[in-house]
Amino acid sequence: MSYKIVVENCTACGACEFECPNSAISMKGDEFIINADKCTECEGQFDSPQCADVCPMPDTCIPA
Amino acid sequence: MSQLINIQPLEPERGNIRASSPEQPSCASSACGKASAPESLDPDVWEKVKNHPCYSEDAHQYFARMHVAVAPACNIQCHYCNRKYDCANESRPGVVSERMTPEQAVRKVVTVANEVSQLSVLGIAGPGDACYDWAKTKETFEQVAKVIPDIKFCLSTNGLALADCIDDITRMNIDHVTLTINMVDPEVGAKIYPWIFFNNKRWTGIEASQILHERQMLGLEMLKKRGILAKVNSVMIPGVNDEHLLEVNRVVKEKGAFLHNVMPLISDPAHGTHFGLTGQRGPTNQELMNLQNRLSDGTKLMRHCRQCRADAIGLLGEDRGQEFTMDKIPEEVAYNPANRDSYRDIVAQERGEHLEQKQSADKKLAVLEEKPTILVAVASKQGGRINQHFGHAQEFQIYEASPDGVKLIGHRKIPPYCTGGNGEDEVLDRIISALDGVQAVLCARIGDCPREKLEKAGIKVSDAYAHDWIESGISAWYSACFSEEKRQIA
Ligand code: SF4
Ligand code: SF4
Ligand code: SF4
Repeated sequence: MSYKIVVENCTACGACEFECPNSAISMKGDEFIINADKCTECEGQFDSPQCADVCPMPDTCIPA
Repeated sequence: MSQLINIQPLEPERGNIRASSPEQPSCASSACGKASAPESLDPDVWEKVKNHPCYSEDAHQYFARMHVAVAPACNIQCHYCNRKYDCANESRPGVVSERMTPEQAVRKVVTVANEVSQLSVLGIAGPGDACYDWAKTKETFEQVAKVIPDIKFCLSTNGLALADCIDDITRMNIDHVTLTINMVDPEVGAKIYPWIFFNNKRWTGIEASQILHERQMLGLEMLKKRGILAKVNSVMIPGVNDEHLLEVNRVVKEKGAFLHNVMPLISDPAHGTHFGLTGQRGPTNQELMNLQNRLSDGTKLMRHCRQCRADAIGLLGEDRGQEFTMDKIPEEVAYNPANRDSYRDIVAQERGEHLEQKQSADKKLAVLEEKPTILVAVASKQGGRINQHFGHAQEFQIYEASPDGVKLIGHRKIPPYCTGGNGEDEVLDRIISALDGVQAVLCARIGDCPREKLEKAGIKVSDAYAHDWIESGISAWYSACFSEEKRQIA
């Protein structure tokens, strides 16, 4: 159960890293990636996955 | 009436603007006393704006600003933005700024301060939202302040997160904030903002704009209460908010905004924005000017804004950003204040002279009776003088001349004529269409060919006032023009 980032769409704005309640998102090289072990899909914390809600690019933070 | 600077505190509660300002800048580094404040302006406010190119029409001819693009994240979506490019609220759309970390930004600022003696302001305007991406914005300002204590800071924001960092802003002595406000009615807002991210949730439709509006008003009120100067930017979108901006102007003025700046929507399908792709057009020069004229009885409007990019460097109207890209910045730099200090002394003198000549220029025109109000385009590099070759100009400053005096009302971007070779005719046609409504061009020099073409298009041209102060040149040209007509009649 985890989200992932579609690298081709990502603008590397960093908003998702900022909002993730579990520090699951970080920059590797020059790409943002989600650590599947840390990602909870925000369950129990927020109504919807924070990365997907804040991401400016459609279909970029999606279920893995 | 002298128009030394294009700003006045808005009429009500003028005393409130930072009446409590604790820190008086030291006389050593600022041009204290020499360039005196215009009578209509509160001395505290003048102290804050006199060296800020974006807030003071006078200062924009002498002082430079630089932006560093340290804040890429944003918390709203605007229909005139796609995130591949910079935030279009403050920057011209369609440009990509060089992003950097706060540490890189500090090195860059110091390098620029050593070389660009006109530097007076460091701004953070994105490329996303400076208040939402606050950790990076704050880190940058704090580190720079340690090295260059007398530099001024400003930032731009959509306002949604402004209230969250207002305490930091106050503590850090940031005394200018720009808010982009395109609407005060959520129905209008819904056509501009598809969504916002607020309180851990994505909001859409009218609800989104309702929240944004409330947060913007709250931000504006907080700035006012703390004596921080608030400038409001609005993007003019024909058919969406053009008429509505009259209402925006009324509301932001009431809430204590210091300046209101209306910028044209720049819309191009190639930018891939929603507005670009759906064929929403931007306003023409004429439409923009008409709206600015209708607004100017209320809030003082800022006619010299250039919609700079988020990594712009230099005087307004120029961008030396390419000289200072990160690969040209040394690993270690030490700040040397000598250049900036001596430049300030020179400016203090020049400004005194400039003010005097403006007043005498206006007097000269006041004796003429019933003469038309006309628009004059001036080619000027900097320093308030007519000192640029026609062929090198990338923009004209547009002045209005009438027996009431000479005043700056805007600027028009043009493609430079001397690009070396072909296509000159086509370039000239574009320049002529950009000069729509302008009766005369004053510049330092101009070739015969462009001169003839302009005159054929009904635009008078003169290089007889080369290197004069702009206002003196225009008033001399204007008077000469009309006494000549008289002679012909007699
Ligand atoms: S879904 Fe939630 S936990 Fe997972 S990466 Fe996105 S923000 Fe973090
Ligand atoms: S919010 Fe979206 S665009 Fe921004 S870094 Fe995260 S995935 Fe990329
Ligand atoms: S965009 Fe406008 S406000 Fe910003 S630096 Fe340029 S002129 Fe000043």
